[in-house]
Amino acid sequence: MMETRYENADKIYVCVQAVFYTDGSLRPVTLVWEDGREYAVDKVLDIRRAASLKAGGTGIRYTCRIAGKETYLFFEEGRWFMERK
Amino acid sequence: MERVILHADLNNFYASVECLHRPEIRNQPVAVCGNQEARHGIVLAKNYLAKATGIQTGEAIWQARRKCPYLVVVPPNYPLYLRYSRLARSIYADYSDQVEPFGLDEAWLDVTRSHHICGDGKKIADGIRERIKYEMGVTASVGVSWNKIFAKLGSDMKKPDATTSITRENYQQVVWPLPADELLYVGRATKRKLAYYGICTIGDIAGADPLFLKSRLGKWGEVLWAFANGCDNSPVTHLGEEAIIKSIGNSITTPRDLRNDEDVWMTICILSESVAARLREQGFKCRTVHVYVRDKDLFTCGFQGKFIKPTNLSKNLAEKAMALFKEHYNWSNPIRSLGVRGCDLVTADANEQLSLFCDEGRQIRQENLELTVDILRRRFGNLAIQRAVLLQDSDLRSIDPKEDHVIYPVAFFKEGHLP
Repeated sequence: MMETRYENADKIYVCVQAVFYTDGSLRPVTLVWEDGREYAVDKVLDIRRAASLKAGGTGIRYTCRIAGKETYLFFEEGRWFMERK
Repeated sequence: MERVILHADLNNFYASVECLHRPEIRNQPVAVCGNQEARHGIVLAKNYLAKATGIQTGEAIWQARRKCPYLVVVPPNYPLYLRYSRLARSIYADYSDQVEPFGLDEAWLDVTRSHHICGDGKKIADGIRERIKYEMGVTASVGVSWNKIFAKLGSDMKKPDATTSITRENYQQVVWPLPADELLYVGRATKRKLAYYGICTIGDIAGADPLFLKSRLGKWGEVLWAFANGCDNSPVTHLGEEAIIKSIGNSITTPRDLRNDEDVWMTICILSESVAARLREQGFKCRTVHVYVRDKDLFTCGFQGKFIKPTNLSKNLAEKAMALFKEHYNWSNPIRSLGVRGCDLVTADANEQLSLFCDEGRQIRQENLELTVDILRRRFGNLAIQRAVLLQDSDLRSIDPKEDHVIYPVAFFKEGHLP
């Protein structure tokens, strides 16, 4: 039985390019925002499991610096999402 | 040493997970209800806003709607709840290897031996609650006590997101005034019977004559008396989550000593098939295979090797095990027993990087073949289908490691069975 997925306006699924390292770890490198613009992930500041109350979900949360701002990028069940500001 | 038992209960579990994933309904009364068409149209779980209107679990949807016309009814999403249940269990596993799930949303933990590392029961309970809130976005209530019964009672006392300690000092004030049916395994019928004799609270049960309770309720009477007095010694079982299973292996002392590579190959085939079938049953693949050899002088040695990618196919296990054996064993002595073990486990449903350098089509065919063998064996017994190589030797052929290897789960309380 597959998990039913819910859509909501505050959970924005994004297209991410990531590197899979040989030790199994995973780092996002660039992402495409919903308006089509591509952003580079300048730095990953923190990685931990965390829930997103705003977007509704839980996953591995990457705290990233993107265009000079800190933002969260979540990896949940094989998909990446961000919270709408 | 006094035991430290925790009982963690995820508050309004199904409804909480739904509300987390659907922010738009979070501030409305929500009930997760079974399928109306399939005649399961009852309330399975509800959030606090729905609870405030008096809706109860088990009610029909129409009854619930009468109490709360604006009730948001959502169908259950079990795979999602399973994911959250697994997440919770993986958090528990960080504090103890004794984690006994009780449904999807409850679990007992025996943390007696963790206090040097993680602190006392309350500290561990608070830590678990924090992590559940932070990592999963839902809340839990945790009861702390020296036995499972009071730990469970504790988790029911303060909700949501609270820790309740029931100690030898306070249990008479905390537990005894509670109505009798708060005690685990006091259902409606028992409650009625007890009330007939003026026994209405847990304290009344504790204060009653156990022989009287036995004469009225049978063996259960004594058990309930023991529960009410905190005399429950049932252990928290080691059953549980993947993280707790580190490896899956089988070994056998063969009916006769093994004298050459052919004998060893036959035995390795049998063992690998059993290990592979158990890996598949448990939903695992292994990244490493370990071979264990004991010769007729009882000298023991072991060798291990890694797979390029995780596998749960007996063919891969057997070939790798045999290669390791040939590489390392010099036949100084005939062999008395042999073991094959899959370690470094990963879950079988994880995504997999396909390789350019091996024949993936062949792997898939092998997988289908082994799954078919699993089905045949499930229906007709483990000896129903065998490798042709085993026909050479009737002694070795009769070995049935999978059937002989039984893990007996220690249920806390199977329906109708007393501890």
